[in-house]
Amino acid sequence: MSEKTANMPARKGLLNKAWWQRFGGSVKYAFHVMFHPFDGFWDLTHEHRGTLAAANFFVILLLLSRLMSLQLTNIMFMKVYWPRVNIFQQCASLLLPLGIYCGCNWGLTTLFDGKGTLKDVYIATAYALVPYILGQLIIIPLSNILTMEEGSLYTVIETAMLVWSALLLVCGMVQVHDFGLGKTLLFLFLTVVGMAIVIFLLLLFLTLVGDGIGYIISVYKEINFRLN
Amino acid sequence: MKKRIFAAVAGLLLILCQFYPALAADGYHYAYTYTYDYWEDVRESPDAYRVKMMISTADFADIGGLKDPQGLFVRDRDVYICDTGNNRILQLRMNDTGYERIRVIDAFTGDTSPLKFNSPRDVYISAEGDLFVADYGNNRVVRLDKDLNWVLSFLKPEDNNFDQGTVLLPRKLVADVAGRVYLLAQNVNKGIVKYEPDGRFTGFIGANKVRVNWYDQLWKMIATKEQRARMESFVPTEYENIALDQDGFFYVVTKTFKEEDLRSGVAEPIRRLNAVGNNILVQNGAFWVIGDLEWAAGNTNLTNRGPSKFADITVLQDDIYMALDSTHNRIFGYDQQGSMLWAFGGVGNADGFFNRPIAIDHMGTDLLILDEGGAYGGSLTVMTPTEYGMLVYKAIHQYRTGDYTGSAETWTEVLSRNGNFDSAYVGIGRALLQQEQYEEAMGYFKAAMDDRNYSEAWRLRRMELVEENIVPIFLVVAAILVLPPLWRRIQKIRWEVSQVK
Repeated sequence: MSEKTANMPARKGLLNKAWWQRFGGSVKYAFHVMFHPFDGFWDLTHEHRGTLAAANFFVILLLLSRLMSLQLTNIMFMKVYWPRVNIFQQCASLLLPLGIYCGCNWGLTTLFDGKGTLKDVYIATAYALVPYILGQLIIIPLSNILTMEEGSLYTVIETAMLVWSALLLVCGMVQVHDFGLGKTLLFLFLTVVGMAIVIFLLLLFLTLVGDGIGYIISVYKEINFRLN
Repeated sequence: MKKRIFAAVAGLLLILCQFYPALAADGYHYAYTYTYDYWEDVRESPDAYRVKMMISTADFADIGGLKDPQGLFVRDRDVYICDTGNNRILQLRMNDTGYERIRVIDAFTGDTSPLKFNSPRDVYISAEGDLFVADYGNNRVVRLDKDLNWVLSFLKPEDNNFDQGTVLLPRKLVADVAGRVYLLAQNVNKGIVKYEPDGRFTGFIGANKVRVNWYDQLWKMIATKEQRARMESFVPTEYENIALDQDGFFYVVTKTFKEEDLRSGVAEPIRRLNAVGNNILVQNGAFWVIGDLEWAAGNTNLTNRGPSKFADITVLQDDIYMALDSTHNRIFGYDQQGSMLWAFGGVGNADGFFNRPIAIDHMGTDLLILDEGGAYGGSLTVMTPTEYGMLVYKAIHQYRTGDYTGSAETWTEVLSRNGNFDSAYVGIGRALLQQEQYEEAMGYFKAAMDDRNYSEAWRLRRMELVEENIVPIFLVVAAILVLPPLWRRIQKIRWEVSQVK
């Protein structure tokens, strides 16, 4: 009886200590992934060192870093036209591409012997974003220290962290799907094409649905008008 | 009784109504004057100029009115109008209440012929009172002394640099102190024609530089010699008008540019040329000196749309210049840094609006705008700065003469009248910067999104901060450098000690 309760999650929810420990460990594991990408990404999914919770955590951090950079970056480096800024739009502009990327990548690779599941792709992508997020967190305070003449440092850090993230993404895809480098790059390109198609279809669908609804509304109005 | 009270109230209301001026009765509506903010959004501004006097063709009915007037020049209190269609020049003198007609110049004496003008397009008066007239129809520029005796004619240059196949059609001119004439002529697209005081032609000033792009370069590499000769790109320079500033530099405006070059700063519709023809106009504002930023491009109901095309320019004190736009018939004011001070005017017949404005000049801070008028007949509008306009001038002048405290105070007053005015924030910021109040200056620069000045203020402030906190900074840096190795050393010793045990 006592053994059973020990093996079962004792409590669900926020007070589950074991869950928090696992979560903390998987977040910390991101640093290992950053510096040892091949090894790190393999263990991330195959050894289940990464968790969905940590991935979600990184995505939330990504959103937060975007909002923070809008708010806190110095005007010398970023000027924000606040009347046109919409938080939900900002979040969607990050989340939608991320979601479409994961879906497209999984959909394509799974047809060509990719080993990764949708969850694996998502987790690997989120872990690959960590350098970019860290970069943002570094340059936001930095932008308030530098002057415009020293602005190249800002750009260099921003670009370097972005490139690091991109490289991690390639490594991640190699390990998650167990592909070669060439095949991974090919599928990354195909993923981008797929994303374009999905976005096109989405827009088409939304426009058509909008037109359909508009038609029904106008028919309803017409009938209403005739009846009265 | 009730009826009586009602009648009394109604009567009172009627009387009160008299004190309420009808809205926009004088043609000024809420958006008559405006500026642009950093985001290129239109910001309403208090009126900087209002009409003081209108002199219309009807005022010259006794001498046949004005016909297609083209040129305008102001020297001291005298206004010279080129009444082009009537082949004469009118000289008016402004006084406190209005103006008086001094003379009608339609002929002169001397050893030349003809002794009359034919379509004079422009006139320039030297400090001594000599007249330089661009006698368009007679293909010459004549110089007359102040008693209208002929002195000299500037004719078509007999020089190979000048296209000998055409006649000289002088349009606009200025002259310098020495008597050199700088002429803009019709169909001459090499820049300003320069004459020495004795009438010799000595070359052109300020032709457009030929820009080479990689695309053309690539084509030239594979083209044959004949093709290359045909491709020889020549960028014509046709200046619309010319004005001299107090330092002897030329301000010129041009209408020949590609619309897409405006926003990239390549077109340079307003230029300040030095003696060798380089553009030295300061453009430190949030946007290029191109007049309107909103072109109503999508509004097909408007006949007047598209970018500003400047017909004339005048330079006031402190290098403030006003350019006259003939697209929307507006006047754009810029300060010495190239920041827009205001834009006002419009198309229409009411006071402060124009039909076909052709020339602008200034008398002190007053502006004089000559309107060709078209079917409505020519007219001269005299505009005078409002209290707001005078405050802006005062603030700029105080800054230029080194009175930074006063300038900041005046800018604050400007700001209380127009909180949308980015230049006022920058003005206060710059004055504070001069007074070494960097942190306050940063706040003002931030409000106006002036990153360059902000960066400068922050650089100075940062230096101050470092100097003030040098000890803590030194300690922190030292700690970062010293502590980790020290800690590792301790660990090592502890480990060794434990090994010994």
